[in-house]
Amino acid sequence: MSGGGIAAEQPASFAFTAENEAKAEALIAKYPEGRQQSAVMALLDLAQRQHDNWIPMAAIDVIGAKLEMAPIRVLEVATFYSMYNMAPVGAFYLQACRTTPCWLRGSDNVIKAIRDKLGIANKQMTDDGKFSLLEVECLGACANAPVLQVNDNFYEDLDYAGTVALLDKLAEGEIPTPGSTSGRTGAMPAPGATSLTSAGGGAGATGDVGED
Amino acid sequence: MPKLTVNGVEVEVDAGSTVLQACEEAGVEIPRFCYHDRLSVAGNCRMCLVEMERAPKPIASCAMPAGDGMVIRTDTETVTKARKGVMEFLLINHPLDCPICDQGGECDLQDQAMGYGHDDSRYDELKRSVVDKNMGPLVKTIMTRCIHCTRCVRFTTEVAGVDQMGLLNRGENAEITTYLEQALDSELSGNVVDLCPVGALTSKPYAFAARPWELKKTETIDVMDAMGANVRVDARGGQVLRVLPRLHEDINEEWISDKTRHACDGLARQRLDRPYIRRDGRLQPASWEEALAAVAAKMAATQSAKIAAIVGDQVDSEAMFALKQLMDAKGVLSVDCRQDGAKIGGQARAGYLFNSGFAAVEEADALLLVGSNPRWEAPVWNARVRKRWLSPGAFPIGLVGAAAPLTYDHEHLGSDVATLQAIADGSHPFADVLKSASRPMLVIGMGALSRDDGATMLGLARQIAENCNLVSDDWNGFNVLHTAASRVAGLDLGLIPGAGGHDVAGILAAAKSGDMDMVYLLAADEIDSDQFGDAFVVYQGHHGDRGAHRADVILPGAAYTEKDALYINAEGRVQMALRAVFPPGEAREDWKILRALAGALGIDLGYNDLAGLRATLVAQHPHFELIDIQEPGEWGAFGEISTPEDTPFETSINNFYMTDPISRASETMAQCSQAFVEDKMARTGTDG
Repeated sequence: MSGGGIAAEQPASFAFTAENEAKAEALIAKYPEGRQQSAVMALLDLAQRQHDNWIPMAAIDVIGAKLEMAPIRVLEVATFYSMYNMAPVGAFYLQACRTTPCWLRGSDNVIKAIRDKLGIANKQMTDDGKFSLLEVECLGACANAPVLQVNDNFYEDLDYAGTVALLDKLAEGEIPTPGSTSGRTGAMPAPGATSLTSAGGGAGATGDVGED
Repeated sequence: MPKLTVNGVEVEVDAGSTVLQACEEAGVEIPRFCYHDRLSVAGNCRMCLVEMERAPKPIASCAMPAGDGMVIRTDTETVTKARKGVMEFLLINHPLDCPICDQGGECDLQDQAMGYGHDDSRYDELKRSVVDKNMGPLVKTIMTRCIHCTRCVRFTTEVAGVDQMGLLNRGENAEITTYLEQALDSELSGNVVDLCPVGALTSKPYAFAARPWELKKTETIDVMDAMGANVRVDARGGQVLRVLPRLHEDINEEWISDKTRHACDGLARQRLDRPYIRRDGRLQPASWEEALAAVAAKMAATQSAKIAAIVGDQVDSEAMFALKQLMDAKGVLSVDCRQDGAKIGGQARAGYLFNSGFAAVEEADALLLVGSNPRWEAPVWNARVRKRWLSPGAFPIGLVGAAAPLTYDHEHLGSDVATLQAIADGSHPFADVLKSASRPMLVIGMGALSRDDGATMLGLARQIAENCNLVSDDWNGFNVLHTAASRVAGLDLGLIPGAGGHDVAGILAAAKSGDMDMVYLLAADEIDSDQFGDAFVVYQGHHGDRGAHRADVILPGAAYTEKDALYINAEGRVQMALRAVFPPGEAREDWKILRALAGALGIDLGYNDLAGLRATLVAQHPHFELIDIQEPGEWGAFGEISTPEDTPFETSINNFYMTDPISRASETMAQCSQAFVEDKMARTGTDG
């Protein structure tokens, strides 16, 4: 469960849409007979995507009944993982990594930019419900640190100005291209390519990869 | 059978054992919090670390399977240092509130901190605090003390069979809770208090009542159901403060039901502490001499055919024996120990015993329940059925009788008698299930036997036993699950009407029509007391319950914690209970009252003390001498073959928390009854 705990205000009921119901059946069918409970995480994710990026308690009951699990077992899973939200989050859900590599590369500036620009700190949401922030541990994009996750997209190589620019675009409703904001492709070296610099001819260009 | 060396001692353990078990085998005690013999292994407290040769770091002995040739050391500096480290981590967030903690003095964390704790803390930061959770009227929570061993979660899920507890969140934020903070709806919930190694879950009724070292501990026997669970009664002064389970592998393992554990506050309420005689329509205090004289005078003046005696559900064998002697001497034939009207006894002993033994269900491979809800009639045995059901191997369970919320999958075959008849004549598929099983079990309960045609039900059950091969040389799968602790001993002692005598229903009918002038109730309270007509009612018992309200003379007796007594449980096992406290006021042990009454009537019972009584008892019924031995009953004819009535089975217990005078007087049981029975009925809008 991410920072907010379980929401005090809960909708009275939850039901999968017809489309998601079909997806859920397909997910459950992936597992052998008697192992349907293995689909619990996928179903929680499905419920979260259907329900404004957070899981209401009613969905816990629905999933429990669907998988013949006690609701408490579903809730244990949902609260264990930080990827599941048990309380409402902003339309743009910002997850700022602050583990060592990102921190060394300036994640403090990213968080500061968010605070300056949006006026929210960790586990807070803007009044208009557009943005919320959670400081998280390693997102696994260390090569492009620091990284900020916005809903499903990673924005990498951020600094203070880059973060402000990103937030401005998001506020206007534009979804910038995910990935590095410094212009590099993937995780190639920041100052530019250091190997395979000549076009053609070399061993690498032919696709002949060395032993190591 | 792996052989391994523990601290230089070679031990051989069963395959599948863990290193921790091997260490215990070698006589080395391993500290632990999360590990428990009867629960699955969690391996999350890390207190049981030991060193294993060729392992790069200490291993958690509870989770490591014992392997052949392992060399284990538990006495090295590394091990001590590792355990001290674990203890330091556990104590980082554990509050320093031992002086106000109910676990103090019997706390695993406290005890083990003596061995592995530091004398001061290196931790300057604030300790975390956790909001307490609601778990109902029995379990008090102080969740800040929790060390997340998850024993309670594993117990409720695995043994009690209620999926309500869980560990939410993780790491620093981990919390034990029940789903939506509902009360823990299990008849075994009190056991989580015993399992909790710290003071996070403590007993709500016992909160701040006493410290363990103030208590006088008496190892005795429970009478709240017919299992005869082994318990320890903790008392201070004249008051029983709590009841805890005692280990008995064949009966209750180490669990007891919530009624056994928490009905004890009823022992201090509604007690009859002096004799009473009804004068001018009102019960007025009297002396023992007056009361006994009044009873003796009435008894002497009444024809023996117009005298009857009814025995209650929690009466000790000695009192029943003395009553039987007294009534025999008076020529009274209408004596009955079956106040619920069960049609059992008087025939082969196997016809009223739980012949297989409670533990045998673990070997069984098919089970048919007839008119029984073990979850309420014998919750601890119910947990054992669940244990068998969870273990490998097919274990089909069929239920004929009122539907019951059992804690294992079962097929509700039907609630009508026709289903039972179909199994008996072999036309029902479950008959084939029983026939094809090698260790089939049938358990018939009071829901079937206390019907008007109970004898026919018993006959049908015997037919099933014989037709489906339930009884063989080394296996007897025919079982009667009693609800009354006194019942088997009562039937063994022959407390059933003699030829020409009336049973309970007959006694009541005769009393109503004026043919019965005197009824002697030996702690019998489960009878509608309006039914006695104008009869002279003597009530000998310990609580001012139904019987006492109707009585003309009250002779105050002793409750089960207040006398040395023998009981026979449903299996036919004789067990000795010991006195924990004295009866209140002028109340006396029951056999003494009957001995005094015999004296007042000029009848010589042949003894003046308990030893003399027991000698006489054993002379007539030798098996009463065989303490803790399940004396098997001989197989023979019992029950009746006749046309049953066409009425559906009903449950014998409608409210688990209120079944006897003690639990009806208990405030805790009243709260449980409200929380788990009445509120639930109101919610679902049904009456069952």
